[in-house]
Amino acid sequence: MTPHMTCVTQLASPATKHVFSRILTSALFAGAAAGLIAALLQLVFVQPVLLHAELYESGELVHFGAEAVSAHPDLPGIDLMRDGLSIIFTMLTYTGYALVLVALMAMAEGQGHTINGRTGLLWGMAGFIAFHFAPGLTLAPEVPGVAAADVGARQIWWTGTVASAAVAMWLIAFARSWMLWGVAAVLLLAPHVIGAPEPAVFTGPVPTEIGALFAARAFGVGMAAWVLVGCFAGYFWNTEGARAEA
Amino acid sequence: MTTKTLKASAAGIGFAPALFAVVLGLGIVTLTGHVQASALHDAAHDVRHATGFPCH
Repeated sequence: MTPHMTCVTQLASPATKHVFSRILTSALFAGAAAGLIAALLQLVFVQPVLLHAELYESGELVHFGAEAVSAHPDLPGIDLMRDGLSIIFTMLTYTGYALVLVALMAMAEGQGHTINGRTGLLWGMAGFIAFHFAPGLTLAPEVPGVAAADVGARQIWWTGTVASAAVAMWLIAFARSWMLWGVAAVLLLAPHVIGAPEPAVFTGPVPTEIGALFAARAFGVGMAAWVLVGCFAGYFWNTEGARAEA
Repeated sequence: MTTKTLKASAAGIGFAPALFAVVLGLGIVTLTGHVQASALHDAAHDVRHATGFPCH
């Protein structure tokens, strides 16, 4: 009896002692790497669309004015300060996502599920759906200048939708009963049936072509970045664990 | 009995770091994505639009 108990204590203590540093290290590597790639993808694919929209927001270009406007205006190039800040904030954001992701991976592994770069791809896809696609399905990614309801109300709806979608993704992945899968479906659908705060009138000056391209690009880059952050998080969590055991 | 207590406390210690990491992560995302203080909003403006956060 006594040797068995000693064994439990010895196994648990160093492992739990290093759990937090393992989570932190894995999340920092995964978040910084995926965040940097996300930032570069955004600068190449999303930023030009955003800058194009801002020409209409500022009134420099006018949609349906007296003269037809070229769809290919000269756009401002790289702005070191502005784009540098975007890179830093994207890396920070994805590090935040990675912390959440790795912590949940740690809990899932504790329940006997395999975590590595490969299973991480699925975790990343689930994260994209929870944090990006679920709120974006009704509150579509906005170009600057669009009409929108009060930002506080939209943030509350965004937070509630992300929370319920995250719980739903967990249930879909790990629950083993039709009732809980049903609950997951309700959690995914409810925010959109209830509806998000919408503006009273439309005032957006930006051509619909630019708005649609912006939403599509934001979703596409978001999905790529999330799948990468999931893969990296699983990979680093796995290798950090192997290193700690060695 | 003693073994049970040990296991329970070990699980408790294991859960705390995960919970702390989740809170820290959500705190960072709130800071970069949601806080409306104008310096933060201006610095994170393009990222908020491109990542689908409600911005203005």
